[in-house]
Amino acid sequence: MDFDFITKTFVRLLAALPLTLSVWFLSVVLGGFIAAGVTWMRVSGVKPFELFARAYVMVFRGTPLLIQLFVVYYGLASLPAVRASPIWPFLRDAFTCAVLSLALCTAGYQAEIFRGALLAVPHGQVEAARACGMSRLLMFRRMIFPIALRHALPAYSTEMISMVKSTALVSLITLWDVMSIALKIRNDTLVTYLPLILAGAIYFVVNYIIGAGFLALERRLSPHLRPRPS
Amino acid sequence: MPTATPALTVDKMHKSFGQLEVLRGVSLTANDGDVISILGSSGSGKSTFLRCINLLETPDEGVVTVAGETIKMRRRGDGRAEPADRRQVDRIRSELGMVFQSFNLWSHLTVLENLIEAPVHVQKRPRAECIEEARALLAKVGMSERENYYPAHLSGGQQQRAAIARALAMRPKVMLFDEPTSALDPELVGEVLRVMRALAEEGRTMLVVTHEMSFARDVSTRVMFLHQGLVEAEGPPRELFSASTSDRFRQFISKERG
Amino acid sequence: MGDLAIFGFGQGGWGLALLEGAAVTLLVSACGLLIGAAIGGLIAWARLSGRLLAGGLGQAYAALFRGLPELLIVYFVYFGTSTLLTETAHALGHEGFVGVPSFAAGALAVGVISGAYQAEVFRAAYLAISRGELEAAVSVGMNRALLFRRIIMAQVLRFALPGLGNLWQVALKDSSLISVTGLTELMRISQVGAGSTHRPFAFYLGGAALYLVMTIATTRFFDVAEARATRGMRRAMG
Repeated sequence: MDFDFITKTFVRLLAALPLTLSVWFLSVVLGGFIAAGVTWMRVSGVKPFELFARAYVMVFRGTPLLIQLFVVYYGLASLPAVRASPIWPFLRDAFTCAVLSLALCTAGYQAEIFRGALLAVPHGQVEAARACGMSRLLMFRRMIFPIALRHALPAYSTEMISMVKSTALVSLITLWDVMSIALKIRNDTLVTYLPLILAGAIYFVVNYIIGAGFLALERRLSPHLRPRPS
Repeated sequence: MPTATPALTVDKMHKSFGQLEVLRGVSLTANDGDVISILGSSGSGKSTFLRCINLLETPDEGVVTVAGETIKMRRRGDGRAEPADRRQVDRIRSELGMVFQSFNLWSHLTVLENLIEAPVHVQKRPRAECIEEARALLAKVGMSERENYYPAHLSGGQQQRAAIARALAMRPKVMLFDEPTSALDPELVGEVLRVMRALAEEGRTMLVVTHEMSFARDVSTRVMFLHQGLVEAEGPPRELFSASTSDRFRQFISKERG
Repeated sequence: MGDLAIFGFGQGGWGLALLEGAAVTLLVSACGLLIGAAIGGLIAWARLSGRLLAGGLGQAYAALFRGLPELLIVYFVYFGTSTLLTETAHALGHEGFVGVPSFAAGALAVGVISGAYQAEVFRAAYLAISRGELEAAVSVGMNRALLFRRIIMAQVLRFALPGLGNLWQVALKDSSLISVTGLTELMRISQVGAGSTHRPFAFYLGGAALYLVMTIATTRFFDVAEARATRGMRRAMG
């Protein structure tokens, strides 16, 4: 066992982790905002908005992320209209394209999670809030949001982990994330398994931490779902 | 002697669901201290009537006045009625306390938190004052030891008593009860009826949609019997239960026999 | 050539190539799903058996493959099986590199991933079977084989259909990652077309549209299958 090589490889992979994590974090947050907008449209009661929201979710959940990524990175860059526009400097940058594309994709999944969570809020409790004279805004803030949040956590945790795994695709659009460094090391040293195994370990640990974090959050926010105090 | 303003008046309320006309002109006047039991078979419109009063359902026609203040309504473009002033509706709702058949306590809050939620956030009263009052109310309904319990850990009767305390915490002018004991196991009905009786004896103004004949007969000051959306019989319980002129009502009570 | 003519079926048109790519996508995803069903069934059985070691191994497998990026697994399976095959060939006296056909490696990769999730679907479906119905079957004298075949399998499939429909869509999308191995499925064809005609926007959008059509069409199929399979059954959520 060449420990020196293992350590060197591991360190090189770790050095790429910040890129992976920043792509993840930014796309998840941006995606969250987009999803909030889409969900709002879905429950707005305005037909055209509802149809748009449904179409959005269908498109971004029904097509592979890889092709969405290529549409944004390769596709948009080839359009003369885009190259001439003021946002071109942003869209030529691989990092921006990665974040944008991943955000649009996760927004589709997050919107479905939000929708399910809103549906899970018991109607009777909403009525009780109305009967107390709560305004719509107050009701959302104090009642609907807290309850929906607790319902959304498990599915949200899964989506967060899924997004970490999705960041590996940015290796295919010239970004030097953990995945692409692992492949580079393999190419340079012809050692096949080790870089991939170490990269896998890093991804696994990151996902484990995220999963554990959400579990802890769920526990803290749900004392009402635990057994009765004796 | 000048007549005091009634606590609540409803004037000729109509409500249809699609083709089905559920309320066909129901009126009611409740003075301070009145305890009015609203009886009727299912489909008679009694729950709808109650829910139209605090606008959980929107009546098609009719005027609701709470402590002299009339709820302003207007017609939409498509002819349907709607409240003209959302804020007024919210305010009037906060003056009416509603108790639901399925309790509807907020599951993510403890009993105490359930009680202070609306007083603090809707009525904007100081938190410390609300907590103190909530504790007094919990003592009144016999739930003091469970103020830190979550609704999921309580029995049906306990939840309903907490729900009654929650409605009381709003200092309501009129209390609306929508079949408060119908979802309870028989052994638990008694504890809730006891609390309601105590409230009646205190002089609270209460409208109670119920199937509990004992309550209607012994505790109410007036009984209103609805049949197919109209008031079929109305009057003091003594009169109605012993010598009603309405055939339908006599048929109804002989079937219910509570 | 005009934008839409590019997708045509005539001379210089890519329509046929794209459709062939879509066919490969469907095929490799289906094979992957079946492999996943075998793996998932095995893991579910291990976990339900009550045996600690088997159950533990099953859970570990699922946890592992749910925590790793799908792209990584595709590379690993592709390189790994090729290396394995090469080593075996060397041991048998053959020289040189032996590559595993990318279809096989791709299907295996999709299957390995899908299996981790299918295990949970099957396990939940089995646990959802009413104990009373099993008791009734035993009490009319069904032996274990009959019980398994007529009652358990049938009901597991019924309960698992919604989850499987979902995982099928996932398999379709995961299959796009196999493009890195060079397999000429839809993603790869779109890539080749985009590079060849210098029209990435049109080709990637067109490819995406084809994926969408496949997703929608197969969702309909699963909905119909589910409706037929669960007719007459009471469900908590309609």
